[in-house]
Amino acid sequence: MADVLLPSADDAYSSPDAQGFYGAYGGTFVPETVMPVLAELEAAYREAQADPSFAEELSLLLTDYVGRPSPLYRADRLAQAAGLGAVYLKREDLDHTGAHKINNTLGQCLLAKRMGKHRVIAETGAGQHGVATATTAALMGLECAVFMGTEDIRRQSLNVYKMRLLGAEVVPVAEGTGTLADAVTAALRHWVERVRDTFYVIGSVVGPHPYPQIVRDFQSVIGKETIAQIAEKAIPQVDAVVACVGGGSNAAGMFYPFIHDVPAADRPLLIGAEAAGLGLDTGKHGAALTKGTPGVLHGFYSYVLQDDAGNPREAYSISAGLDYPGVGPEHSFFKDQGLVRYEAVTDTEALEAFALLTRTEGIIPAIESSHALALLPRLAKELGPEAVVIVNVSGRGDKDMDIVREAGLGID
Amino acid sequence: MVSTDVERGLGRGFARGHAALVAYVMAGYPDRASSHEALSALVSGGADVIELGVPYADPVADGPVIASAGRHALASGFGLAEAIELAAEFSAACPEAPPIALMTYVNPLLRRGFERAASEAAEAGVSGFIVPDLPPDQPFAQKWRSACEAHGLDTVFLAAPTSTPARLEAVGACSSGFVYLVSSLGVTGERATLAEDLPSLVATMREYTTLPVAVGFGVSKPEQAAKVARVAEGVVVGSALVRRQHDAGSLERQVRQIAEAVHAVPISPR
Repeated sequence: MADVLLPSADDAYSSPDAQGFYGAYGGTFVPETVMPVLAELEAAYREAQADPSFAEELSLLLTDYVGRPSPLYRADRLAQAAGLGAVYLKREDLDHTGAHKINNTLGQCLLAKRMGKHRVIAETGAGQHGVATATTAALMGLECAVFMGTEDIRRQSLNVYKMRLLGAEVVPVAEGTGTLADAVTAALRHWVERVRDTFYVIGSVVGPHPYPQIVRDFQSVIGKETIAQIAEKAIPQVDAVVACVGGGSNAAGMFYPFIHDVPAADRPLLIGAEAAGLGLDTGKHGAALTKGTPGVLHGFYSYVLQDDAGNPREAYSISAGLDYPGVGPEHSFFKDQGLVRYEAVTDTEALEAFALLTRTEGIIPAIESSHALALLPRLAKELGPEAVVIVNVSGRGDKDMDIVREAGLGID
Repeated sequence: MVSTDVERGLGRGFARGHAALVAYVMAGYPDRASSHEALSALVSGGADVIELGVPYADPVADGPVIASAGRHALASGFGLAEAIELAAEFSAACPEAPPIALMTYVNPLLRRGFERAASEAAEAGVSGFIVPDLPPDQPFAQKWRSACEAHGLDTVFLAAPTSTPARLEAVGACSSGFVYLVSSLGVTGERATLAEDLPSLVATMREYTTLPVAVGFGVSKPEQAAKVARVAEGVVVGSALVRRQHDAGSLERQVRQIAEAVHAVPISPR
């Protein structure tokens, strides 16, 4: 059975403070209308944490429905090409629906049912969270609407079709740049109106408290499994663990158990890969931790790309899932505490890494996950040819075929 | 309860012997000069409190009319600093104008710095702030209230139909000037019908405050405004005015019609 990590409420490190802050970051900056509902959600989550039947039900679904645990695969040809001693891939791309997002949607939709809500909404960028929510809604018999920017609908038409097949309504959001940030805003606005009968399934470790904690806890199954698999495979030393960071849910799920359960002295380097887009100096990127400043976006205080007047700036990335001007508050905390290092990876580097994994291992990664893979050559230089690195392959690349083809990658 | 200077406070707009019209326009929409004309139209139309919106790129509490006006103003470079400048120019040109509340999301305040924003706003003749994404019980709200108090500014917090008694108590305890009661779920914007339970919502809010209660979100027509004025001390009208903001004449006529309906309702001393 999959090992579900639901830390108990009295575990001080596991939880933000009473007002939802991780150090300076987090909190609840939302219209009053939804404040009482966030309190209800927090209470329902505490109850679920204390109820063994909740963990059992989730664990059974993660095992038999998602296919957990996902393998930790030793990718030798990739390691050789990257100049590293060994590379292990945590295969979240093999999860049902093709990405880690389903770990979270199953947990949140179970919570929705506990709270007596029969309708769920979600925002989506790349469409992975939308598909995972639509899938879970179909599984649990919930009504489902997914908010998605019109630009992302264009970039990710396959996922749009999948969501509709699954019975979800896809609500196009044309405001702003028609990308993830606009979809979040539209979903929040809709939620304020339908808060009594609708559960908002947030797809990343973002949003007002308690969402960042809930999503991180549901995704922590990734890191927890990885730590167990390191022991099972008797891997003597792991030098670094890397994951891509948009909102930051796959990275939080991978890193948090290493921070929580592994003593600092034995802990590998933890590195998050943000989107540098066309380059950090072009202004066309999604690197909130690298180039942002603290501010409020979508209900929480964290590093955010913003202008001098405090308006969120448009993010850009070739990857719809990393095209976001903010980042989860706990990542801001990790950065300031020096617990995780964050680097930025350009579109071009991500495409190169995409091609490398595809040609050396026969695994086609999501373009989001390719940002994490792009750190491998850098780590070879930094840590040397014996170094052992784990990469979280957060999703598979089927959805990205059109983008990759447009970028001119692959066959001539 | 925070006591503020009655001479400059927002409460002054509720002390005219009749129910008050809180009239919203967006700063910088459609441009700076038109904003001045719009503010003058609010005064001549009979508004009792002016709510001046600060353009923001991610207005989660606003419906399409206000959000779109805000985007338009943003595109011409309007933000918190420019809205405060506008208020300063207007206060100087029109010293008899009703009190002005700035309505802004919290991040522009954070970016400028709470202390600097409060100081500049007070200097500009602004009487208080409404910050729809800053709930009263958050640590940032305490810091914000301290900054405002130091400069004699009122802080208006919002209550909603979903608010629990404990939350209404916090809204009452932290607000000064007046309390803004959101009449219905959802974002700002015109609605055909108002919440049926409005009288009981207002009555519940009154258990936790002696401040005037102004009801907003969804009020657009004179008849609706009059209905609200019979149960609350104030009526907030936004989208219906912003819709006409590009045409000062049309805006003034609309304000006057609503103001007359609201002012016809006497206020009973509580």
